[in-house]
Amino acid sequence: MLLARVIGTVVSTRKDPGLMATTLLVIQPLNPDRTPSGRPLVAVDSVGAGASEEVFYVRGREASFPFLPAEVPADAAIIGIVDHWTVGA
Amino acid sequence: MLIGRVVGNLVSTQKNAKLEGAKLLLVQPLDLAGQARGTAVLAIDSVDAGVGDRVLLVQEGRAAQIALGRGTAAVDAAVIGVVDTVDLVP
Repeated sequence: MLLARVIGTVVSTRKDPGLMATTLLVIQPLNPDRTPSGRPLVAVDSVGAGASEEVFYVRGREASFPFLPAEVPADAAIIGIVDHWTVGA
Repeated sequence: MLIGRVVGNLVSTQKNAKLEGAKLLLVQPLDLAGQARGTAVLAIDSVDAGVGDRVLLVQEGRAAQIALGRGTAAVDAAVIGVVDTVDLVP
C-alpha cells in the first residue's frame, strides 16, 4: 500500500460495465513527509474518499478485490482514508 | 489507471486464440497537462473507443482479463473508459 492525496476526479460516461457504480479519482502518491512521489494516476475509490483527502491505495490485481464478487477492471484502488500518520519516535 | 489518447488501431490476423475478436488500440499515455509521456502501448478495447478519444487505460493483467471477459487471456493492458472530463483540485 502507498500514501496519496486525492487531487481530482474523472468523469467517464462510456466505461466498462464493471466500473458503472464506481468513483474514479486522480491521486498523487506521497512520501511520508507529504512531498509528491512520482506521477499522478487514476484510482477507483472503495471507501468514499474525496478531494484533497489523504488516502492509501493498492496497485495490481489486488485493486479489484475490494469490489468482489463484482469484477472491476482496476489496477489501482483507494482502500483507506488516512486520519493521520507519524514518522519517527 | 492512466489517462491516455487513442492514437491508432492495430489489426492482427495471426494471434493468440484468446485474443480473437478483441479490438486492439494504440494508446499514448498522457500527463495531467495532456502532454504525451512514455511509450505508446497496445491495449484491448472494451468500450468501443476510437482514434482521438481520451481514455482510461489499465496496465495490469487481471484488470485487462476482466475487461476482455476471458480469464486466462495473455493481455496486460485495456481501455476501460472514455474520459468526459477531469476536474483537478485548484
